Amino acid sequence: MFDDLGNLMYGFSVVLQPHNILLMVVGIVLGVIVGVLPGLGGANGVAILLPLTFSMSPTSAIIMLSCIYWGALFGGAITSILFNIPGEPWSVATTFDGYPMAQQGRAGEALTAAFTSSFVGALFAVIMITLVAPLVASFALRFGPAEIFSVYFLAFCSFVGLSKEPPFKTIAAMMLGFGLGAVGLDQVTGQLRLTFGFETLLGGFDFLIAVIGLFGIGEILLTMEEGLSFRGKSAKISLAVVIKTWKELPRYWLLSLRSCLIGCWMGISPAGATPASFMSYGIAKRISKRGHNFGKGEIEGVVAPETAAHAAGTAALLPMLALGVPGSPTAAVLLGGLLIWGLQPGPLLFVEQTEFVWGLIASMYMGNIVGLIVVLTCVPLFAAILRVPFSVIAPIILVLCAIGAYTVNNNSFDVVMMLVFGIAGYFMKKTNYPMAPMVLAIVLGDKAEESFRQSLLGSQGSLGVFFSNALVSTVMTLGLIALFWPLISRAMDLVLRRGSAARA
Amino acid sequence: MLTSNKILSVGAACLGGLLALSPAPAKAWEPSHPIEIIVPAGTGGGADQMARTMQGIITKHSLTKQPVVVINKSGGAGGEGFLDVKNSKGNDHKLIITLSNLFTTPMATGIPVNWKDLTPVAMMALDEFVLWVNAEKPYKTAKEFVDAIKAAPDNSFKMGGTGSKQEDQIITVALQKAIGKKMIYIPQAGGGAVAVQLVGNHVDSTVNNPIEAVAHWRGGKLRPLCVFDSKPMPYKDVVADGKSWADIPTCKSAGLDVEYLMLRGFFMGPGVKKEAVNYYVELFKKVRETPEWKKLMSDGAFNTTFMTGDEYAKWVANAEKTHEGLMREAGFLAKSN
Repeated sequence: MFDDLGNLMYGFSVVLQPHNILLMVVGIVLGVIVGVLPGLGGANGVAILLPLTFSMSPTSAIIMLSCIYWGALFGGAITSILFNIPGEPWSVATTFDGYPMAQQGRAGEALTAAFTSSFVGALFAVIMITLVAPLVASFALRFGPAEIFSVYFLAFCSFVGLSKEPPFKTIAAMMLGFGLGAVGLDQVTGQLRLTFGFETLLGGFDFLIAVIGLFGIGEILLTMEEGLSFRGKSAKISLAVVIKTWKELPRYWLLSLRSCLIGCWMGISPAGATPASFMSYGIAKRISKRGHNFGKGEIEGVVAPETAAHAAGTAALLPMLALGVPGSPTAAVLLGGLLIWGLQPGPLLFVEQTEFVWGLIASMYMGNIVGLIVVLTCVPLFAAILRVPFSVIAPIILVLCAIGAYTVNNNSFDVVMMLVFGIAGYFMKKTNYPMAPMVLAIVLGDKAEESFRQSLLGSQGSLGVFFSNALVSTVMTLGLIALFWPLISRAMDLVLRRGSAARA
Repeated sequence: MLTSNKILSVGAACLGGLLALSPAPAKAWEPSHPIEIIVPAGTGGGADQMARTMQGIITKHSLTKQPVVVINKSGGAGGEGFLDVKNSKGNDHKLIITLSNLFTTPMATGIPVNWKDLTPVAMMALDEFVLWVNAEKPYKTAKEFVDAIKAAPDNSFKMGGTGSKQEDQIITVALQKAIGKKMIYIPQAGGGAVAVQLVGNHVDSTVNNPIEAVAHWRGGKLRPLCVFDSKPMPYKDVVADGKSWADIPTCKSAGLDVEYLMLRGFFMGPGVKKEAVNYYVELFKKVRETPEWKKLMSDGAFNTTFMTGDEYAKWVANAEKTHEGLMREAGFLAKSN
């Protein structure tokens, strides 16, 4: 333990060298740019910049790359809030309340809340990594296919009963999402599904294409219909809004703590940041006193998903280092980087490469602090973007969306798909079909299906595998409770009311 | 800035394709645009690691005047990447690094690609396969493990592997045949995840490549039983438990007559210039001489056979036949074939 602290201090001394701090700032700025451009995303950004780092020492290189990663995480929230375009899968839940806030002229507040929550989530996870790294790695090992499925199940369940739209529409949207998610190669049988012989469908529908279209393009179409109304006029552009929001945030400490825990847990179990953000949002909506107001611009609806996503994103780096399994595409590219520098991720990395590991952990602390300062000082700048007339900014967004959609797979057909999704998104909005369940199903549907079928392969078709040990049974039960919560709470209400009626 | 760079490079590569149609200049061929390496698999896998390591080596030692760009096209078990290269006729700036899905993907899915549609450039290495079990299990040798499988009823043992109807499952089917008992095959998305499932005791064995499992071997969590090659691997440096890669016996010596090696080689699109192919062969020879490459080879216990030209094409033709036989026997061929 004291050894570790000593190592951490040593890590700080490495990270705080002037050229490393410079690399950190450069990394954060590059990362924010990468995160702001939808589709480019952290994975592509890190992949493009990876060769730049080969001439550096591994420690400097990983500092810069992980700062790009942090920057991209911060940056993803910006477009979600300002334009309803999530740059990364885990920013989707941020749009639910972040974008309405921006429309009400509270963009600065929403951005400050998002950045601060990201910071809190990441910091919590780093502290956890520092303290209990070995325990965490062995906990992650307990996740086989059945356990992984139970986590996805819980994520779906804690989100499904939430929607304000009629349940039938929610289910229809979700099923459509499952269908779209199934297109492409089926991992379990190695067969192509639903491609109808079109070579362009081999890769299936990328989540990012769907999201850029449904949310980004759909929103632009709606705004156009409303006569290019100019909503951002009242956006305040002073740093005072940061201070004001900070005064308000401590009120949500319980929400933050809960979101941090959800995030860390989901990050360590290999489910990752996306289900963490959805789950945290879903649970916050249920528990919060202002839950009915979620989706209309509630600051808690920004804090919950952002905190959880970043706690998860950070916590996911630990299994990557200790077990060599990347928790996200970006982490996968980082992992490739480690191998190129001759570092073999695995249980021995912590023993053999102390300088590197603790340098990395120290850079997580510092990178987040530097990142928070950089992005917070830019809040007025970002918020000011909304002051540009929509008729000017819309074409720019459209071009950025198209570039982003192309960059995901270097495929021009994806740009067409993005437009199709955009039109679909417009009609879904018009007809009140919720898009979030559909997006959730596209992101997690095929993964959930895969782990479900892997479990059943292993158990030779017996569903008992989902209740075969304490861990998986607990998670499944939590999922079932979440699924039937509306019924359960109504029943409890009924019992309580009858009780009080009888007393009276 | 980043996007525009990438688009420029992609655009430049397309332009390269057009320019290639014009008559070649007399002097030695040099790439005039960024060189694209397509990886028909996801980020972080073996092919991706190799491509990105090469990108790093080429950049660090300035082996080319033009930058190297690595692009993942993993859709349809890599079919997307192969189709892209097949359709890049005469593009002298686009290469693809292959794994066994060069054979298995078209055979299993019917995606219309064959290596004969492409131009073979060079074999960089062959990837070995090792039979692994969890170190907590009592099996010290392949024979003990096989005896345990034989003693139990069908489907008592679970084998984890990467993908479906690909190399790991092909080996599993061959193993089943050699042992005479069925095993449950559980596909995972990537080799790293497969190894972790074995460490967590969620499967009983895997056939991971050395580089995918070496960290867990060194961490005392996994134990190698045998290698699916005709002779033991040549690397004699101690890795773990006082053992080296060379100490792992062949599976054949343990009575399991199964051999399998995976191609890590390069191809280009059809109709590319001979001078361009020669240029890349020379480039790869230079890459092979660098210390970084040698380290990758010994870390991953690769078989470092290097082949070019007709010899390489012949090897690929043979490997295709072998795969067809294995896939047919296992019942993995697509119905349209």
